[in-house]
Amino acid sequence: MMKKILGGLVCLLLFFNTYSQKLLNTRTCAINFTASGGAEKIAAINNEVDCKLVDNSGQLVFTLLIKGFRFENQLMEDHFNENYMESTKYPKALFKGYITNITRINFSKDGTYEAEAEGTLTIHGVVQKVKTMGTITVAGGNVTLKSNFKVKLKDYKISGSYIGDKIAPEASIAVNCKF
Amino acid sequence: MNIKLIVFLVMIFCASIGNLVIAQGTDLFKLQEEEDKKAEKEKIDYTNAIFKTTRVVNGHSIENVGAGILDFKVNHRFGTLNSGGYNLWGLDQATMRLGLDYGLSKRLMIGIGRSTFQKQYDGFIKYKLLRQSTGKKIMPISLSYAGGLILKGINQDDGTGNKYKYSDRISYYHQLLFAHKFNDYFSLQLSPTVMHYNSVNLASESNDLGSLGIGARIRLSKRVNLTTEYFHQFSNFEGYYNTLSLGVDIETGGHVFQLHCTNATGMTERTFIHENTGRWSNGDIRFGFNISRVFTIKKPKEFRG
Repeated sequence: MMKKILGGLVCLLLFFNTYSQKLLNTRTCAINFTASGGAEKIAAINNEVDCKLVDNSGQLVFTLLIKGFRFENQLMEDHFNENYMESTKYPKALFKGYITNITRINFSKDGTYEAEAEGTLTIHGVVQKVKTMGTITVAGGNVTLKSNFKVKLKDYKISGSYIGDKIAPEASIAVNCKF
Repeated sequence: MNIKLIVFLVMIFCASIGNLVIAQGTDLFKLQEEEDKKAEKEKIDYTNAIFKTTRVVNGHSIENVGAGILDFKVNHRFGTLNSGGYNLWGLDQATMRLGLDYGLSKRLMIGIGRSTFQKQYDGFIKYKLLRQSTGKKIMPISLSYAGGLILKGINQDDGTGNKYKYSDRISYYHQLLFAHKFNDYFSLQLSPTVMHYNSVNLASESNDLGSLGIGARIRLSKRVNLTTEYFHQFSNFEGYYNTLSLGVDIETGGHVFQLHCTNATGMTERTFIHENTGRWSNGDIRFGFNISRVFTIKKPKEFRG
């Protein structure tokens, strides 16, 4: 009797895993950016980005803590948080949106797929509509999402005396997400 | 019950955690919002940049240099303002301290220095005991310990025609730094200090002296901060005064430039707390600056490879 119930549960789980919509989820997605305006390297990495993707609707969410960005130089990190991002006031950055061509991505077949994401990006308390390209790679059941895009600091009301000088007016952002 | 079956079941469960099954039509945005609210309560948010740099003016601030960062410090104090136009109000004279500070870990830093004033060598360690935080762990203050040794290098006669022994030239200090950042615009620090002199001039004088330092930082703009520091001596040597310093911290990208006015000449704890002959009321005010340049010696693990 017990075995039958357990067996049934296993079947049910397998069934769900195969046929229902799936939530791809990770808390260790990496986002890095560079914004070097001159000789000095201005770059940071955040390895604790929360990312979720629903495989059939294409709904996509990224959230991260601004304080989670690591710089090579502690002082730069402090200045980034206090003077530019004002991370006590705006502790988070997030993206909410959809992969618009999700139907063309087959999560059960290995390959690299072009993906187009559209949604809103919130940085420094400012919400902006964004559209960007990326790739989704499926390999042996593992899904990787990658994207590179640029963000104009002005668009998010990020200001400070070194922007346009030591700091580039545009930050290049790279997303690398292994589910 | 069949153990193998249980193990199998657990494995299936584990396998499905990676690809969570969710009900059809679940709104991810709402799900994320709820999760974020939960995560916020679970997260410890440490307050950073209570002060702008590792010194308030002369004395230690609650801040450390980051792990693997070397901070090269050049500190200058000019002569006194009341020395008149002949000395260009003090600018003709200058004393200097060259220093190297290094962050061994997030919490521990060490430093060495050499001052031209009395040819002093000094070394210290500073350790973060508590860090101000909100969120899951609420800690109202940051607390650090700073302790150091100062060696007076200058050759002095001990009164019998002999030079002082090296052990007699050494003094030690122990300091607790209590700091609180009220908001982005105001931080306050109290630093009770004890100083031990291996040798003092008079038999009637105590070898151990106590003092309380008060430091504050007021933010004026994104790049400019006002700092002030006062050391109150509970016991003092005859003819020495308390030190008051007023300054501005100017951030210049990767480093901080400190400009200030102070009545102390020395830049070691011994000299600026207990051996300060200058008085503000007499016009013994010195203009000075601290320049710091940081170098990344050991990159954070995210940047290696």
